[in-house]
Amino acid sequence: MSTPAIEVRDIVKRYGALTALDGVSLTIEPGEFFALLGPNGAGKTTLISIIAGLARADSGSARVLGADVRTDYRRARRLLGVVPQELVFDPFFTVRETLRIQAGYYGLRGVDDWIDEILHHLDLDAKADTNMRALSGGMKRRVLVAQALVHKPPVIVLDEPTAGVDVELRQGLWQFVRRLNRDGHTVVLTTHYLEEAETLCRRIAMLKAGRIVALDSTDNLLATFSGLHLRLRLERGELPASLAARAVAGEPGGDPSRVTLRLRDYAELEALLAELRQARLAIAEFELQPPDLEEVFVRVMRTGAPSGSPVTPSKSSPAA
Amino acid sequence: MTSFATLLYKELLRFWKVAFQTIAAPILTALLYLAVFAQALAGRVEVYPGVPYVSFLLPGLAMMSVLQNAFANSSSSLIQSKITGNIVFILLPPISYLEFFCAYVLASTVRGLAVGAGVLVATLGFAHLPLVAPLWTLAFALAGALLLGALGLIAGIWADKFDQLAGFQNFIILPLTFLSGVFYSVHALPGFWQLASHANPFFYMIDGFRYGFFGVSDVSPLVSLAVVGVSFALVCGAALALLRSGYKLRG
Repeated sequence: MSTPAIEVRDIVKRYGALTALDGVSLTIEPGEFFALLGPNGAGKTTLISIIAGLARADSGSARVLGADVRTDYRRARRLLGVVPQELVFDPFFTVRETLRIQAGYYGLRGVDDWIDEILHHLDLDAKADTNMRALSGGMKRRVLVAQALVHKPPVIVLDEPTAGVDVELRQGLWQFVRRLNRDGHTVVLTTHYLEEAETLCRRIAMLKAGRIVALDSTDNLLATFSGLHLRLRLERGELPASLAARAVAGEPGGDPSRVTLRLRDYAELEALLAELRQARLAIAEFELQPPDLEEVFVRVMRTGAPSGSPVTPSKSSPAA
Repeated sequence: MTSFATLLYKELLRFWKVAFQTIAAPILTALLYLAVFAQALAGRVEVYPGVPYVSFLLPGLAMMSVLQNAFANSSSSLIQSKITGNIVFILLPPISYLEFFCAYVLASTVRGLAVGAGVLVATLGFAHLPLVAPLWTLAFALAGALLLGALGLIAGIWADKFDQLAGFQNFIILPLTFLSGVFYSVHALPGFWQLASHANPFFYMIDGFRYGFFGVSDVSPLVSLAVVGVSFALVCGAALALLRSGYKLRG
């Protein structure tokens, strides 16, 4: 069995009275594209900070490709590239200086060819000799990505890399990160855009109040917690009791003629349509929606750890 | 390039890019002091027999500039990095706390010495400076810059806001440098203040530095060097302990 890309065991981290992480254990295999999701304050950034050595856990251990982040920090940090959440930069330097200096911190020199390649892929060629202060927010964000990659780390952590980034740049960024993943890099991502996690990541951990409340493959989570949604707008009539039980609670004060029914799979559709026909409802709009990570997220966060959720750090379906 | 060499290079490049502010400005400040004090006191005060007041004043001004700028370099670099958040670029790579310490303190020392040398060069025409024991001068300049560079590191780690750093600078560093015999000999002071001056490590740095120029001092340069050495060891110990623990840097 290969050494996990990231292995976190029973991490506890307290800030005064606040327990930011309450016994988090997690294993991420090499080559995975993994999402770490959770509401603000759930502990995502704290967990990343501990893995990156920016914060120290009160107890528990963290390893990057087998290297302990405390006792073997030099190796652990060389193996890890982190794109921080905050849009930070050093205003004294140009883009190229920033990247050369960052490479030097990792003991690398003469890496201009690699720097040029990263700049090219991140569409920053033209800005290589521009001072960091003169860059737009999106460009600064791309330089942060470049800085995280300059020492060619096999494990890359992106902490909300697309917050405040326009659509075009976001897509370009994901294309690049996908390529890195295809080339064998392990990618760990935190994001508020759940659709990004859904399309990119094969496995997902959800954190709530410092605990992992769901950990499974994206497909399993969608199948377990979401299912299909049938959205209807009724012209007249009311849902019969048998169907009302399937309805997803709407927004308070929302339009009562709009209802959403939950289906486990497509096979249920036929029976459901028959019931609707029998109830003689006049349907004005009809739309079938595929499973949606947002719903999984909302349900997991609302209920904590629902039954059937694999909350243990078992490698339920690690990606190959 | 090793991590240490890169961090040192980055720290040097940082102040060099704003040299007008980090080197030229403090030299001008020293020249202003010289103009005012020399005008006011020249001919009226003779601290050491046969040494004109302006000659006496110059080494003090140069050393004061060395100390203040060595302190300013590490402290302001660190607090800026902490406040803007770019300290993360230094905390993520495999840089040991010892490398961190050495890079910041050495860069501060270079800036302190550069400003001190600049002050001496800029004031060459104002008075004759004999420089009878250059090695003492060099030893005190180096030791003083290292000490204040390390002290600046502590202040930069401790301070969370520019305000706190300014407090450290204005309420600790500035009084200690002014009350260290830059502008006068402590022998001219009344008993209590003379005694208080001897508790001020800055006094020994200025006095020892000046000894190198005139071969005369208030205290034996050996004693001064010992005081500065012990102070440096204490400050280094404290700075290294803070860095090792990750205090305010690694939450």
